[in-house]
Amino acid sequence: MSLLQQLIDAVALGALYGLVAVGIGLVFGILRLVNFAYGELITIGGYTLAYLSGQPSVVAIVACFAAVIALALVQERVAFRPLRNASPATMLVASFAVSFLLQNIYLLAFGSRGKTVSTLGGLNTALAVGSLRIRWISIVALIAAAGLLAATTLILNRTNVGLHMRAAATDFRTARILGVRADRVISFSFVISGFLAAAVSVLLTVQSPLVTPDYGVSVTIFALVGVVVGGLDRLVSATLGGFAIGFTTSLVGAQLPSSSSVYLPSVVFGLVILVLILRPAGLFAPARRAVERV
Amino acid sequence: MRRRATELLAPALLLVAVAVIGHATSAARQLEFGNALVKVAIVVSLYLFIGNSGVISFGHVSFVAVGAYLSGILTLEAQQKSFVLPNLVPLLRDHHVGTPLSLLLAAAIGGSYALLVGLPLMRLSGLPAGIATFAVLGITYNVLRNWEKIGPAAQALPLVPESGIWTLLVGGLISILVAFAYQRSRFGRRLRATREDPAAAQAVGIDIYRQRLIAFALSGALAGFAGGLLVHQLGSITTDQVYLELTFLTLAMLVVGGVSSLWGAVIGALLISGLDSFLGDAENTVHIGFRLQLPTGTRLVTVGAIMALVLILRPSGLTGGKEFGPPRRRRRPAELPASSTSSV
Repeated sequence: MSLLQQLIDAVALGALYGLVAVGIGLVFGILRLVNFAYGELITIGGYTLAYLSGQPSVVAIVACFAAVIALALVQERVAFRPLRNASPATMLVASFAVSFLLQNIYLLAFGSRGKTVSTLGGLNTALAVGSLRIRWISIVALIAAAGLLAATTLILNRTNVGLHMRAAATDFRTARILGVRADRVISFSFVISGFLAAAVSVLLTVQSPLVTPDYGVSVTIFALVGVVVGGLDRLVSATLGGFAIGFTTSLVGAQLPSSSSVYLPSVVFGLVILVLILRPAGLFAPARRAVERV
Repeated sequence: MRRRATELLAPALLLVAVAVIGHATSAARQLEFGNALVKVAIVVSLYLFIGNSGVISFGHVSFVAVGAYLSGILTLEAQQKSFVLPNLVPLLRDHHVGTPLSLLLAAAIGGSYALLVGLPLMRLSGLPAGIATFAVLGITYNVLRNWEKIGPAAQALPLVPESGIWTLLVGGLISILVAFAYQRSRFGRRLRATREDPAAAQAVGIDIYRQRLIAFALSGALAGFAGGLLVHQLGSITTDQVYLELTFLTLAMLVVGGVSSLWGAVIGALLISGLDSFLGDAENTVHIGFRLQLPTGTRLVTVGAIMALVLILRPSGLTGGKEFGPPRRRRRPAELPASSTSSV
């Protein structure tokens, strides 16, 4: 495999993780909530696609988006709204609990053996350009990620509700005093974050079609790590962090000799620790004052 | 003075009661009580660091893991080792110790590992600290799962001598005693001061980094010790038993009980273990006045739902983060709830 091909694969995986990072970062910006249960949104999307695999792709995909967004809203309403004033640590552990609960509900409802998704399976074929073989899904993932990121940026910068969201992310209390409706802004951020999760389900099930109860967990963990490494305080740096972790994982995985490739997670986590020690505010965060805010 | 004594005696007596009741029941049931005692030891080790510092750690289960593996491997007979662990390094291959010494060594390795990791990581706080400790967990899991020179890698570690409920009780009591002694010591008080107000603590000359590092290493030692108890309670171990699920479950026990008190840590661990065992039975039919049979799989769903509910309804835990004892008289009636948002 040539270096160029490795780079293309790395960019495609980075784009996917970048999408997850935006979904997590958007909600964090407003609520200070690190939603670990984000992975279960991706999983429910996967199950929806699996159960509707016989239907036309459009139907399956629309249903997938509907199911994921609905679950995102339920998470917000039932679990996170009552905790809005709790400390970030409590909210994080609560999102762990939600994730654990949903995984076990999936286990009860859908069994442990997993369901296979065949929607859009055709995208796994490769496109040959000279000596390069690029899978269609890499191209689709890239275009979809770029399009969704652009759309999210437009919503945030060009619409009223986007303005409200940015205001809430900067200073929630002041924003409320100035008439921003808290419930609406938060619900909307969950809708966008659910929309992105659904897109991730569609893209991810093409590459790994077997959906199990813990399907979304590892993507979420890696993206979360990426988000913190990139810098949680700004959406741009969080997204870049997500992209960087996907890109690095893919590239390091391709470069490691096969005998030591089992240690890939250790290498990536080691890099993460290094970055966090050198730049605790985030790799892509703007230089900050050295003194801690009190 | 009397209040101090009850703060240690209440959780200790509760543990003794659990062991006595467990001893009086059937052998199968005794395992569940033993498991609850081990959970107490793990959660107390988490409490020592998280509760006193206010910094969250997802990495403590890695210290539990190294403690469990070291203690388990060292108590195997040489013959068994050559059979189940053919690739072991000489240091681990040629030594055999009894359970009590293996528990001490488990504490030693947990503590040294935590010290080593803490040296760079204790400079962090908030979410970066959480993610960095999580990365430590990821590395520990990855290495234990693949490196055959230090353990059984992806296989289970079998044939570990099992400990009875009294050994586990003593282990649990030692953990509680250490945590209590620490929180009463000047180190514990200093660390709690940094939790309440980092700036003020620094202003009176407390070195935050140093205090956190001491607590991290000590709680790492307790976690390693608890890992030793875990492997001797189960009689075998796999890497998946000391990874995400245990991390989540023990953290949830701590938060459900109340993060900032020893009493909360013990209560949370015992209540959720008890609930878990009860629901496990209910899946195979129990009689509680009426016949109750739950479909298989409801156990974890219910535990998850109850933990989520407690977090939503009582974010500061069942004990509210207070030690055991009669409610204190408020000095200032209009006291505001302490702000705990500054550190994660």
